[in-house]
Amino acid sequence: MKQTFKPATLLLLLFPILLLAACGSKSLSAEDINDRLEENPEITWGVKVDTSLFGLYNIETTEIEGFDIDIAKALTKELTGDAQNAHFVEVTSKTRIPLLKNGNIDVIIATMTINEERKKQVDFSDVYFAAGQALLVPMDSSIQGIEDLTSETTVLAVKGSTSAVNIRKYALDATILELENYSEAFTAMQSGQGDAMTTDNAILLGIIAKNPDYRLAGDNFTDEPYGIAINKGQEPFVKAINAALQTIKENGIYDKIYAKWIPTLD
Amino acid sequence: MIQIFNDNSGILLEGFTFTLYSSVIALFFSLLIGTLFAIFQISTNKVIRLLASAYVEFFRNIPLLIIVMFFYVVVPLYWFQIDGFTAGTIGLTIYTSAFIAETIRAGILSVPKGQMEAGLSTGFTYSQTMRYIVLPQAVKIVIPPLGNQFINLVKNSSVLAMVAGLDLMYQGDLIASTTFNTFDTYILIGLLYLIITLPLTYLMAHIERRLASNE
Repeated sequence: MKQTFKPATLLLLLFPILLLAACGSKSLSAEDINDRLEENPEITWGVKVDTSLFGLYNIETTEIEGFDIDIAKALTKELTGDAQNAHFVEVTSKTRIPLLKNGNIDVIIATMTINEERKKQVDFSDVYFAAGQALLVPMDSSIQGIEDLTSETTVLAVKGSTSAVNIRKYALDATILELENYSEAFTAMQSGQGDAMTTDNAILLGIIAKNPDYRLAGDNFTDEPYGIAINKGQEPFVKAINAALQTIKENGIYDKIYAKWIPTLD
Repeated sequence: MIQIFNDNSGILLEGFTFTLYSSVIALFFSLLIGTLFAIFQISTNKVIRLLASAYVEFFRNIPLLIIVMFFYVVVPLYWFQIDGFTAGTIGLTIYTSAFIAETIRAGILSVPKGQMEAGLSTGFTYSQTMRYIVLPQAVKIVIPPLGNQFINLVKNSSVLAMVAGLDLMYQGDLIASTTFNTFDTYILIGLLYLIITLPLTYLMAHIERRLASNE
């Protein structure tokens, strides 16, 4: 117990950190997915499980359901001939890019907005859903739109989402707090930890569908085109995804899925 | 990693300050409450003993996140408004105090029974014996495990990130999700935690040595 610290002990402490830092970035994610699909037709999709309408874990059926899931299944069927080959892994806005980069998942289809910053990290497919960012407030709130956000208001967002970055540009004075996921952000707003919550309108409409005491404040203030993200260096696979997306848009499967999940946006 | 620090030094230092504040406040109050409950637990009054044990066993055996979420979400819903930082620090204090109470109780009980009996037979009252004979011996025994609790407390303060408590982990999450450089960011955050925990370890070792040399 005595004489706990010596310089050598400190150096020893640094050792595991250096070891970690030395780990290279070369990994599983380097292999070509298109080639792999020929031997093993399984595609692992990273999806949300906490987002109403897009990807939500249904406790009764113990399955993940939503627009993203059905699109992923339709695309898997186009690419491999069988929707059963689609495997789903839970991601959040925070974890999805790291999981894709290290090869845990092949593709992200998780309400992910295409933007320049992300394009440096991953490749995107064509737009598969056009959303826009909006504000959710309690029915009796005085906030009527983005212009009503002042230094007095606290806006809740979700860590790692583009909406959290955007809101800082549109509401310069407001306090922005970021929580782990949509349900926590919404629960925090219900407890009065924030005056408004912001993310894409489609997600907010999903929340309103279950909580009629809340409403959208004003119109969308951004365009948020959703894309399917694939790791860099997988150009043939991106092409294949785009072709499959085109096919399901042409043969009406996309429209069916859209009508099934998305409430009419006005 | 240095790049990330330079680009975000402002919010990282802010996060560091909040983590430090939260840890210091929680450390102080959990030590106070913990000691109190340790004494209650060995009290001769059965009711006090039961109540104290109930407190310790309840908070020791549920996840910290649940306590913190309770203060962040449920308390403002029914009673009064508190922010993420306060909710997190209160949760941290209560949770750690339960462990500290157990540690200190064990320390007091490990002082041989004869010490108490000897004190009482020389004419000291119960509280005098406790104060002058038993507790000073117990302190020496509990310093090492108490140091463990303090270090755990500092690391557990990362739970503040879950309730937007603006601490180091919260800022780290935000940096990781905007730079996409998750690995380097978290290593950096880890190093910043070490800046708090290593001196704390050293301090506890120092106190331990000093008490030992008084013998």
